[in-house]
Amino acid sequence: MPEPAAAAEDNRPYIIRAYGPDALRGALLRMFLIRNFEEAAEASYMRGLVHGTMHLSIGQEAVAVGACLGLTESDKITSTHRGHGHCIAKGADVGRMFAEFFGKETGYCRGRGGSMHIADPAKGNLGANGIVGGGLPIAVGSALSAKRLGTGAVTVCFFGDGANNEGAFHEALNMAAIWKLPVVFLCENNRYGMSTSTERSTAVPRVALRAAAYAMPGVTVDGNDISAVAEAVDAATARGRAGEGPSLVECLTYRWRGHSKSDRNRYRSREEIEAWMARDPIPRFAALLVAHGIMSEDEVRAAEAEAERVIEAGLEFARAGPDPSVADLTRDVYTTEAP
Amino acid sequence: MAEITLVEAVRAALAHALEEDPAVVILGEDVGTDGGVFRATEGLWQRFGSARVRDTPLSEAAIAGVAVGLAAQGFRPVAEIQFQGFIHPALDQLANHAARLRNRTRGRLGCPMVLRAPFGAGVHAPEHHSESIEAIFAHIPGLKLVIPSSPARAYGLLLAAIRDPDPVVFFEPTRIYRAGREEVALDGASLPLGRAFTLRAGGDLTLVSWGAAVREALAAAEALSGEGIEVEVIDLATLRPWDAEAVLGSVRRTGRCVILHEAPRTGGFGAEVAARIAEEALDSLLAPIRRVTAPDIVPPLLRLEHLYLPQVDDVIAAAREVMQWR
Repeated sequence: MPEPAAAAEDNRPYIIRAYGPDALRGALLRMFLIRNFEEAAEASYMRGLVHGTMHLSIGQEAVAVGACLGLTESDKITSTHRGHGHCIAKGADVGRMFAEFFGKETGYCRGRGGSMHIADPAKGNLGANGIVGGGLPIAVGSALSAKRLGTGAVTVCFFGDGANNEGAFHEALNMAAIWKLPVVFLCENNRYGMSTSTERSTAVPRVALRAAAYAMPGVTVDGNDISAVAEAVDAATARGRAGEGPSLVECLTYRWRGHSKSDRNRYRSREEIEAWMARDPIPRFAALLVAHGIMSEDEVRAAEAEAERVIEAGLEFARAGPDPSVADLTRDVYTTEAP
Repeated sequence: MAEITLVEAVRAALAHALEEDPAVVILGEDVGTDGGVFRATEGLWQRFGSARVRDTPLSEAAIAGVAVGLAAQGFRPVAEIQFQGFIHPALDQLANHAARLRNRTRGRLGCPMVLRAPFGAGVHAPEHHSESIEAIFAHIPGLKLVIPSSPARAYGLLLAAIRDPDPVVFFEPTRIYRAGREEVALDGASLPLGRAFTLRAGGDLTLVSWGAAVREALAAAEALSGEGIEVEVIDLATLRPWDAEAVLGSVRRTGRCVILHEAPRTGGFGAEVAARIAEEALDSLLAPIRRVTAPDIVPPLLRLEHLYLPQVDDVIAAAREVMQWR
């Protein structure tokens, strides 16, 4: 939870004003963890340890961490097919995540969910989702549940720019608005739905403009600026907790890698990718922390090394895990095994 | 005991569930102030309030998805889709999420929801208000599929569906919503899911059906009895998981089987029933299995509806033909 707002004359960035040093250091560590996790996942794929496909969020770390920074474990998230960062930002253990990727019994879904379906209910993560837009109505249901029970919890619903053209997006936003539900619709606009740019796919220049159709606030922020993300999401969660209803926060960002492992990057230029890589959200946040005396440069390097250590240990945990039991193949289709 | 229609039995089961379990919530189009297009939820909004009986916008994908989100948080949502023909946007959430949440999380998240929809022809309504697409739902691992054929079974099976820990699709045959009354003990007792009901015993032929067509099955059995053909009538009631043992046991006794369903023939659930009999009871068969179904067409308007819906005479003819085999 953000700390009480500081005095009005304090012109430091929002995240420095709102969060204490431990939370800020933790946020940087999680950004490093996401980056290292994605790189290790990609390397594991290349080595044949992970099969099928995966969707990497390298370059988008500030959105996941900034959005989850002010959440508690009773707050919920719904995630997307590009959800590894969301899981880590919501507190998932990277060892169990890798184990899930490798299809091991020690994975979050005991090797049945894979990269696109990690759920961690204990931390409030209702699950990533292989269906674009699939999490939006579920997030509305989660928020309706919180409102009915009076828990004060909010649900942050991650989705990409591609999902904003799905019918479920419009149905979900409308329903959340008429029922004034505590949900934050968080659009990670990384400019492309697979190969199709938002310019070619979306009738409005900003996804946030669509909030007006559902009578909710809609803001667009720099998704590579963790402070801007946290500020917008914290305002939206405060609005939700106060019973004022949902909000739409659009974070402009970029995925450095292709959509999935099959992507040949034919729809964008090398120059465009390099320009966005130059706007890397991680050194930007590290520089902010150093400038404000939260961490020294040595401490930043130590955090990066710590992330690498955690990732290596996580990989080791995953590799050592057992394969799923054949005897369990037909379990959990139903609560009681079907005859 | 009360003498009630099938739609009144649905309403009574919903009221009982709302009364007994605060986690039960109803949501759907016009289910609140209006009481539903068929009046299945009449009076529930007035009695239980809008927090528990909730009118939704016309948003079938979100109705199903919100039910998934509620169920994952411990509620027991009973969502209504106004007609089965409107269910397709909801199928995404049902098939991709409701049916898989438990498996995907290996039991850490469950999805105890019910999705109700009226269905079937015989009410002189156009295609989307008349079809029988139950086989689509029977094909999805993780979903249960229930179709009642009488007021008592509607009451007991709907209560069972609401109390079940897994997602249940519950299709209500509109043709028999008000077709007859039956004494039903409104005592909150459920009937078992996954169990067939043998409605009439007979040693000559097994007649398997479900939903509104069970009426034609019983009428045909009565007529055939007059010809000396004793028909065992089995109402499957739950199509997934379905009671294959009941059907196989009967066929092993009679050696003959006719399957009657209102849905079009190709890929209909009757094909699954026939396949299981062929796989497991072929040596008992004295005659080929016959299916009496709708033709493979879109439900026609009222002047042709009788040609679409299987009639009692069609069942009788199929039974006589099957009895010719020695």
